[in-house]
Amino acid sequence: MTMVVDARGVGKVFGRGVEAVQALADIDMVMETGDFVSLIGPSGCGKSTLLRLVADLLEPTSGQLLINAKTPSQARLDRDYGMVFQSATLLDWRTVRKNVELPLEIMDFAAEERSRRAEEMLDLVQLDLFADHYPWQLSGGMQQRVAIARALAFQPSLLLMDEPFGALDEMTRELMQQEVLRLWGETGISVVFVTHSIPEAVFLSGRVLVMTPRPGRISSEIVIDLPPERDLNTRESPRYFELITEVREALRRGES
Amino acid sequence: MTERDRIIRESHETDVLSAFEGDVPVGGRTPAAIREFGGKYLPALVSFIVVILLWEGLTRLFGIETFVLPKPSEIISSFIETWDVVWSAGFKTLFEAVGGFGIGVSAALVTSLAAARWVGFREGMLPIAIAANATPIVALAPIFNNWFSITSPLSKMAVVAVVVYFPVMINTTRGLLEVDPSELELMRSVAATSTETMRRVRIPHALPFLFASLKVASALSLIAAIVAEYFGGPQDVLGQYIINRANLFQFPDAWAAILVASILGVTFYVLILGAERLFMPWHVSLRTRE
Repeated sequence: MTMVVDARGVGKVFGRGVEAVQALADIDMVMETGDFVSLIGPSGCGKSTLLRLVADLLEPTSGQLLINAKTPSQARLDRDYGMVFQSATLLDWRTVRKNVELPLEIMDFAAEERSRRAEEMLDLVQLDLFADHYPWQLSGGMQQRVAIARALAFQPSLLLMDEPFGALDEMTRELMQQEVLRLWGETGISVVFVTHSIPEAVFLSGRVLVMTPRPGRISSEIVIDLPPERDLNTRESPRYFELITEVREALRRGES
Repeated sequence: MTERDRIIRESHETDVLSAFEGDVPVGGRTPAAIREFGGKYLPALVSFIVVILLWEGLTRLFGIETFVLPKPSEIISSFIETWDVVWSAGFKTLFEAVGGFGIGVSAALVTSLAAARWVGFREGMLPIAIAANATPIVALAPIFNNWFSITSPLSKMAVVAVVVYFPVMINTTRGLLEVDPSELELMRSVAATSTETMRRVRIPHALPFLFASLKVASALSLIAAIVAEYFGGPQDVLGQYIINRANLFQFPDAWAAILVASILGVTFYVLILGAERLFMPWHVSLRTRE
């Protein structure tokens, strides 16, 4: 089976000489198709950097990194992944529909196919009634759902999410988490999810990779053995709290 | 309709309403639109009339001589008497201004696109451009009169073009470059070429900057044309007409010409505003919400 993400001894140094900063060191990370993996750690632990290496927005300075058995650069050119950023990053001058169509325009899809897929994606994120609104007319949560629809519009095999719900309030956040799990279940996509919220990582993931700073490393891996169907009951189950404690302790061990 | 659809539709409706909150008070759109128009322009209209009346009243009250400051009534009657001459001069000057505006703006757009595209070009050019922008360029007018022949409107257009070029170029370049880094990451993540990024992100992002500078440039272009005319050339243009009438102590005539210049300047500005609304409907929608 080919690995969606296969990182061996990956490191990243920013700058040169005396100003060089080791952002990441000895990252080993393996993901299979359909995995949901969260990267968690304090600010500056390099979790966003690691996501950007996977996305080929940055290049590793050491080690080997393969995405779908290809170089990250080739995977990017093949549009193997869709990305969701911390801010929704919607283009103000485009309607919701046109924002979702943006990657499809760049990929030279025919106009009919573009609008068909945009409709389908907006249905999927339940924003079909807002297709002709402009981004500023939507709430933060809705904007982020548009960003997710846009990332999924070209059916990538991998979804990269960089603290996508960091700016949302707690209630919206929980709704969005449920939404992401539903999309994950419906599409069978693999997800790398960067967050600094422990409950969020536990609720969403199959595995949580705990990262520690200076230099950024994966200090432990926690398998989340909650049942695959997750809902409000999950959030109240004893096992959920045990796992949260486990992740918290792993983070604390990393600090000392 | 499912429960979800109902909730969404409801929030949708309140969303649409809240978007126009303040603009549409209870009672419907049309009266509100009229009231809004009145509310927006009425104060300006009233203060304009008050200023004119004060001007007329005070010049009469203190017996201010016409060669110091003519009364508005004198200016208006001169404006009507010299209608043909003064408008013909106005349109000749407008031709220089618009021609120079076109040349200057075109050159600025080409430079901006190049500066956004090639780092080397940008780093070499921008400091020079900023230095040149700080130079009072109108001082070049006598030299342009020499280069392009003092009798040709081209010599005035050249001054206008140079005056207009720098603000438009500097602003547009800024708009093209000051794009949210995450928008650039987004474009890279979907493997967009730099041409696509230019077309779909940088250029739309630069439009508000461009139009802000065009509004400044529209006013500058008439100023520059008239100032360039002061340095000599054909007599049937606004700048020379103003000088000649002033030399003959026909100050109401000079003021009538200034009135024409002002009407032309305002019209030019309003046209740019209209183009802005046409090209950036999303931006106007942002404004109506505020």
